Amino acid sequence: MTTDTAVGRFGRYGGRYVPETLVPALLELEEAYAKAQQDTGFGDEVTRVLREFVGRPTTLTPAHRLTESWGGAQVWLKREDLAHTGAHKINNTVGQVLLARRMGKKRIIAETGAGQHGVATATACALFGLPCEVFMGALDVERQALNVFRMRALGAVVRPVESGSRTLKDAMNEAMRVWVSQVQDTYYVIGSAAGPHPYPTIVRDFQSVIGREIRAQTLAALGRLPDAIIACVGGGSNAIGALHPFIPDTAVRLVGVEAAGHGLQSGQHGASLTLGTEGVLHGSRSLVLQDEHGQIQEAHSISAGLDYPGVGPELAHLAKTGRMEVRTATDDEALAAFYEVARTEGILPALETSHAFAAARSLARDMGKGQHLIINCSGRGDKDVATISARGVPPATGVKS
Amino acid sequence: MSGELGKAFARAKARGEGALVAYAMAGDPDLPRSVDVFAAMVEGGADVLEIGVAFSDPIADGPVIQAASERALKAGANLRRVLDEVVPEVRRRCPETPLVIMTYVNVVMALGEERYAKLARERGIVGTILPDLPPEESAGIRAAFDREGMDLIPLCAPTTPPARAEAIAKDARGFVYCVSVAGVTGMRSELPPDLSQRLDLVRRAASVPVVAGFGISNAETARTLVAHADGVVVGSALVRAAYTDGPGAARRLCADIKQGLKR
Ligand SMILES: Cc1ncc(COP(=O)(O)O)c(C=O)c1O
Repeated sequence: MTTDTAVGRFGRYGGRYVPETLVPALLELEEAYAKAQQDTGFGDEVTRVLREFVGRPTTLTPAHRLTESWGGAQVWLKREDLAHTGAHKINNTVGQVLLARRMGKKRIIAETGAGQHGVATATACALFGLPCEVFMGALDVERQALNVFRMRALGAVVRPVESGSRTLKDAMNEAMRVWVSQVQDTYYVIGSAAGPHPYPTIVRDFQSVIGREIRAQTLAALGRLPDAIIACVGGGSNAIGALHPFIPDTAVRLVGVEAAGHGLQSGQHGASLTLGTEGVLHGSRSLVLQDEHGQIQEAHSISAGLDYPGVGPELAHLAKTGRMEVRTATDDEALAAFYEVARTEGILPALETSHAFAAARSLARDMGKGQHLIINCSGRGDKDVATISARGVPPATGVKS
Repeated sequence: MSGELGKAFARAKARGEGALVAYAMAGDPDLPRSVDVFAAMVEGGADVLEIGVAFSDPIADGPVIQAASERALKAGANLRRVLDEVVPEVRRRCPETPLVIMTYVNVVMALGEERYAKLARERGIVGTILPDLPPEESAGIRAAFDREGMDLIPLCAPTTPPARAEAIAKDARGFVYCVSVAGVTGMRSELPPDLSQRLDLVRRAASVPVVAGFGISNAETARTLVAHADGVVVGSALVRAAYTDGPGAARRLCADIKQGLKR
């Protein structure tokens, strides 16, 4: 029982740091997931639902005007914003809710930051007929009103969490506390590639459909793999999903973009890969924003989905070993990128995704012509319109007023 | 390994009583006044003190202890200050009572496992409870603690299957902390009906004392458990009493629960 490196490690990171009450449930989940993986029927069902309901494969769109305006690499957009519910989160919730049903669980709980994971979980629960409760930081309930409505419309109960920073990390604490109390019949759908083993693996596997499609689509379009893929990093699920299938392809640059909030020097950011130190948060050992006493610091980002002081253990490992490059974008840079993408490509990206765009410009320029850069469009910006429009909309382009 | 914990349990047993392990949060409402709470609990009859060190993200705790952690952090309680300012004072005022720290693994990791074990031991701590460190992850920390003579006290849950519970009990240091309910810390009106069987099973396998904790808040519950356990842990009820009515209330509650622990 006392092995030094437990299962579910990515180098030094990962593991299962949870109350003993939850360990048997995590062992049960690990076993159920291993069995489901061996069962082709399960894989086929996930694939079928992704095709029929989610709308996969999502397209890979050439971004002609951004390519032209940036003057560097050819830019492509992997359109997770076109997946049903408007973000990559649905890839994971369909898989996990099907797994929960296989395990005979009676109810579903989830945490959510931006609300996209909550909506995706509520959607999968509606589709498969399971009751759903979503824990959401009270601050996020305020700034993501549209998604709160969507969850309620889909029949889920939204539970605002008032403790701590009233954001994603507190929602996750509360979901874990509730799970400890109801672990026998409740399945906890974690929304990012974080948390205790086996979640980082399960979420990564379900999200890897993004990277597998990128591979097939670039091979079809270019006859070769892309030169770089860039994705925003909150907990890391859209990033690991897009990047994981390319880890062995060392010629493909893998790039993650974190929230620099008000700036890396300001102390108000969500850049745990860049400035975090090793620690344990929400059941896994990873890089976290903490003070010298091991108290977790509050993160800050204009985008609720990146407002998290931790990061999934596999991304921490990829960053520390140098396989993934880490860049950052501030709130202001993300906002500027939002309008740039809206006005050059006709797409309103999520604020999370806008961070990836903000960092992609210089990457595309560095890469230069003849190279191909894929930007993972993790989600659409509808949920963020209140936050963005509150800061005023820049005047129309090319029209006399 | 410390003999102090074993001796405290043996002393209670010799008096025909189950042991009371009393928890309070260091730094709630501030560092000096939390020392008064610990001392009052010993006056009330506590046999072992469990000194809570606040963590910002306490996933194993219910609302009462969560709120106490927030107050303690606001008052500046961190592990270093608890070891430097609270523990020595409690030790001085309660020289006979073994002291155990309860906190989360990240707090200990941030100080360094070895460094923590050494510092804590020097200041009079004999054991540590880390509710988010299951056996699979504990080998490294336990080895570091063993080298310094610090007991890593394991927890056992209602969801723990019997074979796993026996393995945890056999391997235990200090005492085994049997979590009575599947849930977080907090007061409960009822405890699960199969709790006594689980305690009996763990007790048969363990070579150290076995206590029940989580959800215990009064003499009646303590009385029903003392036939199956060497003692009980009381946390939230004491934290609430101390916070709302001061150290005297915590002392009276300890005395009351001690009555229930008489065999
Ligand atoms: C559109 C979108 N992108 C990205 C994220 C960040 O999460 P992750 O890093 O797990 O992809 C979120 C989280 O809510 C999101 O809604």
